[in-house]
Amino acid sequence: MAKWILLLILPFFLLGAHAAEAVPASNDPVLEAQMMHIASELRCLVCQNQTIADSHAELAVDLRQQVRELIAQGKTQTEIFEYMTARYGDFVLYRPPLKGTTVLLWVGPALMAVLGISVLFLILRRRSRMGQDQFESDYADAGSDPHLS
Amino acid sequence: MKYLKFLIPLGLFLVLVLFLGAGLHLDPKEVPSPLIGKPAPEFSLESLDSPNLTIANADMRGKVWMLNVWASWCTACREEHPALVEFGRKNVLPIYGLNYKDERVAGLMWLTNFGNPYTHSLYDRDGRVGIDWGVYGVPETFIIDQNGVVRFKHIGALTPEVIRTRIEPLVRQLNG
Repeated sequence: MAKWILLLILPFFLLGAHAAEAVPASNDPVLEAQMMHIASELRCLVCQNQTIADSHAELAVDLRQQVRELIAQGKTQTEIFEYMTARYGDFVLYRPPLKGTTVLLWVGPALMAVLGISVLFLILRRRSRMGQDQFESDYADAGSDPHLS
Repeated sequence: MKYLKFLIPLGLFLVLVLFLGAGLHLDPKEVPSPLIGKPAPEFSLESLDSPNLTIANADMRGKVWMLNVWASWCTACREEHPALVEFGRKNVLPIYGLNYKDERVAGLMWLTNFGNPYTHSLYDRDGRVGIDWGVYGVPETFIIDQNGVVRFKHIGALTPEVIRTRIEPLVRQLNG
């Protein structure tokens, strides 16, 4: 019986050992902070709504390590972003650069807001110019309106 | 003119439907590769089956070849594998594997079990070459031309249809 239990729990020990080995975090807190700052600007392509800093996906772990090494090599933030976009495209950046293909993405919301506000403005101005008689009375029987009488 | 006003919300609604409809046909998991049209990233890796053999970009010069990223732990790779083995039999072009973040023994066993369509599999133990190639979802497949330029990338499992409609015509075109 005991042998069976041991056999059942043994894999979990092995798993634990493996997981501990797979996280090569740096001991240098400054480097670690720099790395996390950069990683929080990068999208994890496996789980696309997470940054590389947040994600536990294996690729994100690898890319964090890659960022650590690039910082250690003296690469600047811009150079690291260039390194990432050369491999994964602009999609990897949480703040994509402004260019031909991304113009709509950047100005789209503002454009929609301007459009909405202008339509609202036009409607309100037209209504303010309409005569009183163009509106339905607030009261079922206009004759009994206490403010008019 | 005035009585047509009710068509405005309908028009807006149709535009919205159009956008949402187009959205349904886009797969956010398929990120376009910035590598298309660019020289293939440099690599120099051991062969999976013979550790003494090193394979690099230069070895492929002058040939149109395929790089298929796979791993024994990857379930979608098993899904695409029969199509790849079938394609390999036709000898259309040399197929190289990139064995991504795998154990050598597990990888070799996998090939023994499911068939080996690869001229060689490159052994990318730590996934560095994978990062250089922008790999994020195994399996991935690249076609590289005679000049070492990446011409095509497919993310996810290959299907006989993708091979027939995308890869074979491209290889024919590249080989002139």
